[in-house]
Amino acid sequence: MPNGWKRAGRKHGGWKQGGRLAAAACAMALIAGCGGGGSIDDQTQENESKASGDCGEVNMAINPWVGYEASAYVVGTVAQEELGCTINYKELKEDVSWQGFGTGEVDIVIEDWGHPDLEKKFFAESGDGSAEDFGPNGNVGIIGWFVPPWLAEEHPDILDYKNLNKYAKEFSTSESGGKGQFLGADPSYVQFDEAIVNNLDLDFKVVFSGSEAATITAFQRAEKNKEFLIGYFYEPQWLFADIDLQRVKLPEYTDGCQDDPAKVDCDYPETELKKIVSTSWVDDGGPAVDLVKNFTWTNDDQNLVAKYISEDGMAPEEAAKKWIDENQDKVDAWIG
Amino acid sequence: MSVTTARPRLDPDTSAPPQPPRRTLPRWAWALIVIGVWILIWVFTKGQDTLQMPQRAHTDVQQALTEFRDAVLASRDTNPLVELTYQIGAWFVDVVDWLQRLVSIPDFPRPVPQIGWLGVVALATWAGLAAAGWRIAILVGASFLSFGLFGYWSDSMDLLIITGVAVTIAILIGLPLAVYYGTAGRTGVKVVTTLLDLMQTMPTFVYLSPVVLFFGIGASAAVVCTVIYAVPPIIRIAGHGIRNVSRTTIEATDSSGQTRWQRLTKVQLPMARSTIVVGINQTTMAALSMATIAAFVDGPGLGQPVLSALVRNDVGNAFVPGALIVVIAVMLDRTTTAASEASEKAARGQIDLRMRRMVLAATGVAALVAVWVSRQYVWAAEFPETSWGVTVADGVDSFFAWITETFDGLTQAVADAVTYGLLNPLQELIAESPWWLTALAILALALVFGGVRALLPTVVCLTGLRVFGLWHDAMVTLTMVLVATVLVMALAVVLGVWMARRRAVDLVVRPFLDAGQTIPPFVYLIPVLALFGPSRFTAIIAGVVYAAPVAIKLVADGVRGVSTTTLEAARSTGSTTWQEITKVQLPMARDSLVLAANQGLLYVLSMVVIGGMVGAGALGYDIVLGASRSEEWGKGAAAGISIVLLGIMLDRIMRASAQEDADSHRA
Repeated sequence: MPNGWKRAGRKHGGWKQGGRLAAAACAMALIAGCGGGGSIDDQTQENESKASGDCGEVNMAINPWVGYEASAYVVGTVAQEELGCTINYKELKEDVSWQGFGTGEVDIVIEDWGHPDLEKKFFAESGDGSAEDFGPNGNVGIIGWFVPPWLAEEHPDILDYKNLNKYAKEFSTSESGGKGQFLGADPSYVQFDEAIVNNLDLDFKVVFSGSEAATITAFQRAEKNKEFLIGYFYEPQWLFADIDLQRVKLPEYTDGCQDDPAKVDCDYPETELKKIVSTSWVDDGGPAVDLVKNFTWTNDDQNLVAKYISEDGMAPEEAAKKWIDENQDKVDAWIG
Repeated sequence: MSVTTARPRLDPDTSAPPQPPRRTLPRWAWALIVIGVWILIWVFTKGQDTLQMPQRAHTDVQQALTEFRDAVLASRDTNPLVELTYQIGAWFVDVVDWLQRLVSIPDFPRPVPQIGWLGVVALATWAGLAAAGWRIAILVGASFLSFGLFGYWSDSMDLLIITGVAVTIAILIGLPLAVYYGTAGRTGVKVVTTLLDLMQTMPTFVYLSPVVLFFGIGASAAVVCTVIYAVPPIIRIAGHGIRNVSRTTIEATDSSGQTRWQRLTKVQLPMARSTIVVGINQTTMAALSMATIAAFVDGPGLGQPVLSALVRNDVGNAFVPGALIVVIAVMLDRTTTAASEASEKAARGQIDLRMRRMVLAATGVAALVAVWVSRQYVWAAEFPETSWGVTVADGVDSFFAWITETFDGLTQAVADAVTYGLLNPLQELIAESPWWLTALAILALALVFGGVRALLPTVVCLTGLRVFGLWHDAMVTLTMVLVATVLVMALAVVLGVWMARRRAVDLVVRPFLDAGQTIPPFVYLIPVLALFGPSRFTAIIAGVVYAAPVAIKLVADGVRGVSTTTLEAARSTGSTTWQEITKVQLPMARDSLVLAANQGLLYVLSMVVIGGMVGAGALGYDIVLGASRSEEWGKGAAAGISIVLLGIMLDRIMRASAQEDADSHRA
């Protein structure tokens, strides 16, 4: 590879030339330096004199979906603006977030979809007591089987599971081995689709998309190209602002019908989403504890902020600020 | 996921070649017989004993793995080992935090870092100048400016910090091990080789959650998993360099009565210097490729914006930080290479040291002035906002929108052709045969191609696959890996030969290959999905994109290495271009082709997890599942081990086969 040393080695010329260049750069920097711009010392003094609130630092987990991000940044921004907290946002999957409660690295999971296994390990009743349930956040999770809107419109009867076998051939793909394809979701989600398909005698094979990105892309493609597609999806989710996916009716959920994973033959229940927090953080009792305790909002609220982020391309902080400015009354209720 | 040009497998097998057995039939004929018998039995037994399991079921072994993890987790407050590792993790966090306050995040109460962007750019440029000369200084300066201009200044600084800390630790751990590897006996080498294979083929997702358990979240986890992934190259390459110091030199110096320590420090290490630098370079590249994975546990750096753009299905905003990772990789690669050349020059006294000192002093003063300015004024401390990043992101978005619109039908046709024509039949045979049949067939093929020496590793790996309970998934994965490797080799031969024969083609294609190797696969996940939908074929394409560059480069270099006299001899006998390629160039570049296939296969294997995220199911899905759901950790770990076993098995068969070849040629 050619480089400066080779020439320098031969003629020593590169260094002289470089010296001149450097001198010029140096002079330019000085001129620019005198040119202006704010002084950092002034701002430092200002920061010092501004008494930092007694809230201290709060560690907020950011689990990887936009609706979660919306809730987290709204709560975080309120804590920062109104209570003077310093918020550390940490991008983590659920499993890892829960591990952080005990080590002081995570204080808040703002939207939890139910993790019995983690609760067993970290709640006081059966585990090490590093985490506790802080009540519902007001969002209701709706999980189910969905089809793109064009399909629901052209074949309305597809919205009942009893008619699905009639269309099984249409749903088949290169992945489904002659049966209809059912698109299973991101592995982090609770799903019983293989059992439901089996127990309802549906002529389908569950193919796992493997990630939310893959599922969303699949639904977008199916709507655009008018392809047959049925798969697992959930609300609240920003995609609904873009494509109004239609839910397919399954046998109604009754208490206990999902207790044995192998025997599930019913629809998913509505999930009350809740806040999980670190026990030691609550015991320390900063002002943000009450804020998180009081925080609730609706699916529509969350969808709006999620849409600001994903559709309008706003930074999460900006999106949160915008919503807070427009909904000061709700925010005031949380601060109490 | 490594960025290295060649994941080096360099341990020279010094064993004396055994006399090859006389063959009555060529190997391909034997292979056909084995496959024929396989198909015959398959016809009567397919679908039996395939060991397929429902996606959320697990075996006792997998459950035991989960319970082991739970036990460690439950003991974390009392376990002294965890306390120790946690201390180490906390120390990493402190170091990284201190560096961040220095250059990337506001050091409260200052509204900005201690050294603003102008100071950092000036210092980096000066360092480039001091280490490697003017060209590199300009490259470094321009790269640093691009971080700010595209709007990712602090994320880029964070990535450089994590990479710097991780590579330093990797060198501290790696060099002593390299010395051992370079001087150990045969058994020692075999043990270390297997360990390194394990570290490099074990999917990073599998150890992400245990690393968090032992070292904590964020910078500490990022540093640790980067070190685990980045340390093998330096051990392999530097060890190789130390071993290859010529015997005669060592004997000559030994005769003067030196101690082992003197031999090492005065002869072996200095003579292996340039190889050691290559090792450090490769370790750095591997470290960079962990950026996006580390972001899964809140590791600071450019991986974070890539991942959060992925969550929003936002191609453009994943592309820009992804491309900046490529910029960092190119910058560090060229700098380390040039620095080692430069220091060699200096050692040979080809540089005017007085002049050099003067220039460095003068420019050093200029850099310090820039640092001072960046500490005083906000404009020099906080990178001014530009719209460059947004413009590029929008451009990339519309480019991909256009591609998907235009090629949708075509891509679907290609996907269907490969899936129905190649993938499905092959999977039907490999995965839908009873497990014992497939196992026997693989064993027979290993024997045919690799001879007796391939037998033991194959038996061990197949047994392991059976024990960890994911046989069916492993066979589906094996099918995909084989198909992807065939496609990689097809591309490698066509493009490689073309590049070797036409200088202009090489010049145009090579930068794309560099980028293809370095850009995080997460960046092209969405475009590939948009073109092909979630399917096994999509996973294969992702694997090919990632693995083809290495294979193409290796083939191109091999073909170019064919001696010109041989070529001219062929030309003088009037052979056509086609004959020249097929009769002379390709056969003579055989070793490169074998190496390319081997590397291509291992690279494809390292993409299996990504495949799981685009609808390919099988082992990739199991690993993502294990990383996502606490109760499935054991299954994920079992899947990770299965990938390692597949990788080692295929690698050993291929190497034994190449060895057999060499033997029969010699005979």
